[in-house]
Amino acid sequence: MTQLPGLLDTEAIRKDFPLLDRQVHDGKKLVYLDNAATSQKPRQVLDALNEYYERHNANVHRGVHVLAEEATALYEGARDKVATFINAPSRDEVIFTKNASESLNLVANMLGWADEPYRVDHETEIVITEMEHHSNIVPWQLLSQRTGAKLKWFGLTDDGRLDLSNIDEIITEKTKIVSFVLVSNILGTFNPVEAIIRRAQEVGALVCIDASQAAPHMPLDVQALQADFVAFTGHKMCAPTGVGILWGRQELLEDLPPFLGGGEMIETVSMHSSTYAPAPHKFEAGTPPIAQAVGLGAAIDYLSAIGMEKIAAHEHALTEYAVKRLSEVPDLRIIGPTTAEERGAAISFTLGDIHPHDVGQVLDEQGIAVRVGHHCARPVCLRYGIPATTRASFYLYSTPSEIDALVEGLDYVRNFFG
Amino acid sequence: MYQEVILDHYKHPHGRGLRDGDAEVHHVNPTCGDEITLRVKYEGSQIVDVSYEGQGCSISQASASVLNELLVGKQLAEAQKIQETFLELMQSKGRIEPDDAMEEVLEDAVAFAGVSKYPARVKCALLSWMAWKDATAQALGEADAERKTA
Repeated sequence: MTQLPGLLDTEAIRKDFPLLDRQVHDGKKLVYLDNAATSQKPRQVLDALNEYYERHNANVHRGVHVLAEEATALYEGARDKVATFINAPSRDEVIFTKNASESLNLVANMLGWADEPYRVDHETEIVITEMEHHSNIVPWQLLSQRTGAKLKWFGLTDDGRLDLSNIDEIITEKTKIVSFVLVSNILGTFNPVEAIIRRAQEVGALVCIDASQAAPHMPLDVQALQADFVAFTGHKMCAPTGVGILWGRQELLEDLPPFLGGGEMIETVSMHSSTYAPAPHKFEAGTPPIAQAVGLGAAIDYLSAIGMEKIAAHEHALTEYAVKRLSEVPDLRIIGPTTAEERGAAISFTLGDIHPHDVGQVLDEQGIAVRVGHHCARPVCLRYGIPATTRASFYLYSTPSEIDALVEGLDYVRNFFG
Repeated sequence: MYQEVILDHYKHPHGRGLRDGDAEVHHVNPTCGDEITLRVKYEGSQIVDVSYEGQGCSISQASASVLNELLVGKQLAEAQKIQETFLELMQSKGRIEPDDAMEEVLEDAVAFAGVSKYPARVKCALLSWMAWKDATAQALGEADAERKTA
């Protein structure tokens, strides 16, 4: 088996993930390379979910009985874990949502309904990039259509990076918000945060970062990032589906208006008007994803025990190996950075003129799970003149032999359609 | 799923390219980005041409080729029967084993029976057939309108 410097003890780690043992299509060993779509869950997270439902299940913040108190402590405990995980100055800056899309929609709606100085209106501008996931495009298009604000974006270079050459024309005094992805889900590109934030701060614009493909894979420090909002999701980092996170700077969360109204987000309610609970509860209307947040807490414990630095090093070693092996496959073109530098562990490619859906289907017959399509980032496909890509993406349990299996699988695909 | 017949049509498509038509439609399959532009040409109720351009997976492209081969020259009623039979087969989730009667109607299109087991790919196979149905409605609808105004 290939040994690379920096790899984790995947043999031990994989024992924690029951699903990775599965066989598919009559006894083929599963090779799961679709981690950018969602991660598998370790036993520790599954146990935490089970224990929550078997022992502690109750609604939070509402009862005086023992179960309600236990459930509340577990739910709020998960908030503490998230705050520590991202080095948030305060636990009250951590809002639970249902996913990263909801987190980003929440920011867009806070700003759409805000008073000055945050208000986005027809005299202001919104800035995104051409490599965003649809979840960081469509909410801003909606906001732009509803307020008349102008939507602008950074284009991409031929090698899959942000083109910041005209940064001073894109981000201007009119810019109210700059929202961009930290690590692209389709290109894998790690974006230069500092340059963008420096310019945004110069003009007094707020900055929102989509960290969905970063939080699971590397240390995330919201204070070091210096952004105003950071959004990510639980299910890509070993947690259950149904829980996302929005971190926001405390003074902003105090000033900005709520979006969804309902139970739990209020202070007092009369038939004429209401006053709101302080953040984060102001932004968490209704019964929250309690079990999912508890599961997220267990996932953070799991990842932290291994160490995010070590996970990042493991994935970097795998990515180096993967770009080297993939470059040996004839007719394969990587869409995005072709080296492991300043990139994450999601690698998109095309294989001659074989359609990615055919690539994915024939790989699946061999037990290899990859993602095919436009990865909810259709503008990127348009930019590079391709209908879709095949994407392999790795995580802490991925191994060099799985990359070998992918390369062999791609040879088989080429022969099949050759 | 990848029957020889399907791969053959994919590699050597019938009737590909856009030619003169009575109506043109553009259909996309948003889950995977398959696209087709399709034109139909009628003489009365006879289909004299179905021309198309598209990009997408082997299933979607082969299906368009099979459609061209099957429908060109047919009367509308017969073509509709073929389309409905193909739709029934594709929506069968692999439960229909095509019999001789079905094979007679569908000819090469029976090769897609295996695709119906893959929910993610059924839309690929149906893309051109839905486009044809749409284009036909437009072409004949307009012809109706022309007759009424004439």
